[in-house]
Amino acid sequence: MYLSIKGIEKSFPHKEKGTVKVLDHIDLEVEKGQFVSIVGPSGCGKSTMLYLIAGLEKADSGSISINGNEVTGSGSDRVVVFQEAGLFPWLTVLDNVTYGLLLKKMPKKEAEQKAIEMLKMVHLGNYINSYPHQLSGGMKQRVSIARALVMEPDILLMDEPFAALDEQTRMVLHKELLEIWRKTKVTVFFITHNIREAVLLSQKIVVFATRPGKIKAVFNSKDSKDGIEPNDVMLQLEKQILAELQDEIEKVLKEEMGDDYSFKTNSVSRDTSGDMGSHI
Amino acid sequence: MAIWEVTSRLSELPDFMFPSFTQVMSTLFSGLLSGQILIAIGASLSRLLIGFTIASVLGLILGYLIWRYKLVEDTLGFLVTALQSIPSIVWFPLAIIWFGLNDFAILFIVTLGATWTMIVNATSGFKNVPVLYQRVAKSLGSGGFHFLRTVILPASVPQLISGLRIAWAFSWRALMAGELLGASVGLGQLLEAGRALGQMDLVISVMIIIGVIGTIMDNVLFLRLERSVERKWGIRA
Repeated sequence: MYLSIKGIEKSFPHKEKGTVKVLDHIDLEVEKGQFVSIVGPSGCGKSTMLYLIAGLEKADSGSISINGNEVTGSGSDRVVVFQEAGLFPWLTVLDNVTYGLLLKKMPKKEAEQKAIEMLKMVHLGNYINSYPHQLSGGMKQRVSIARALVMEPDILLMDEPFAALDEQTRMVLHKELLEIWRKTKVTVFFITHNIREAVLLSQKIVVFATRPGKIKAVFNSKDSKDGIEPNDVMLQLEKQILAELQDEIEKVLKEEMGDDYSFKTNSVSRDTSGDMGSHI
Repeated sequence: MAIWEVTSRLSELPDFMFPSFTQVMSTLFSGLLSGQILIAIGASLSRLLIGFTIASVLGLILGYLIWRYKLVEDTLGFLVTALQSIPSIVWFPLAIIWFGLNDFAILFIVTLGATWTMIVNATSGFKNVPVLYQRVAKSLGSGGFHFLRTVILPASVPQLISGLRIAWAFSWRALMAGELLGASVGLGQLLEAGRALGQMDLVISVMIIIGVIGTIMDNVLFLRLERSVERKWGIRA
């Protein structure tokens, strides 16, 4: 297997409870060039999982290896695209994209040429000399994707990259992301809380249970996708995933709101007059 | 100015105590022409520049150490907060004993006046660098000195500029106080000379110069710097 995650455990210190386990024995295998999504309720540790792969956090136990090499720290072979674009406001769009390349000791000319090419690929060729604050949210996220892709990473790690965008922008970026993925054949590890998004984009969908985070179910979807409209199979899959997640969502809500809270819809339908069976 | 001119002419105070506006202006110009005031400005500004530069560099380095190491924060960090509340002129008697009544003593309090605020601002500037930027840089492979130079420093520039601005104001005040007490040349010394000779026109001239320099530095240099960063970052549209 290309990316292999074995027995990962991770706890964080907590003010009242001492420590809280966020990841409990995660085993996951990802093939090269695969588009994998992780869906789960908020706080289920899916972002932590991504930071572990990125090498930005360290696991308590277990191992992550890529192509047989164990991950020990951050590296430019695994680049993260965050929810907020995180562009450096003191650099122009071009300088933001060349940042990583210059770190790799690439000559400035060559780096700029590559960055411009990549910016054209995300349709921002006219904005290379702008500063981040002059761009819209969607454009910033495109720059952020370009900044990651220009590094030619083996794995593109995306942490809810489209969650802060409006619906139309998101739809366009879904389509473009799939095009880029097909063109570059990069392995994508995509975190989202949006089931539709996961279904629309990925070949493999991993559903996370929460507190502690562990893998609840794995779905495969072999259809070819355009990232815009789900077909019947995808809708069916979406329902299955939602069913898996309902328990988890309820668990979170009960913890936050108290035990009497119920999220699941009542299966017995009531008629308007209120007493069941009155018109028999 | 007209009111000043009129009240001065009508007041019963003698000219040397309450000089008229025109008299002050003529002293100011003759002082500038003869070079007396220019030499004083040069001496004061060079002291300030040296002290301010040392303070800025020292502030950045110590701020970095406090930000980076918990132990330094617990020890030095607390000390700095306490020392910051002591006006730097209070150190002057000590400085005179240590260095004698000379330029070095003045330089010492000028530097001290700016250092504490610079440390405090640098520390909080570094601490407030968004985690997101740090993660982005690390994810792209940055680390060590490169990380400090390309992320931590530029990301804290807005706070560093406001730190420099406050540090400048503190060292400027410390400089005047120090020169008033014991300098051979300088604007503060000129004030003291004016007092000793009973030349209030000279004293007021120097006050005007001090005001002008202060305004230029604060409102022209630092404000412009701040504005240009704000514009570039898009903090203010």
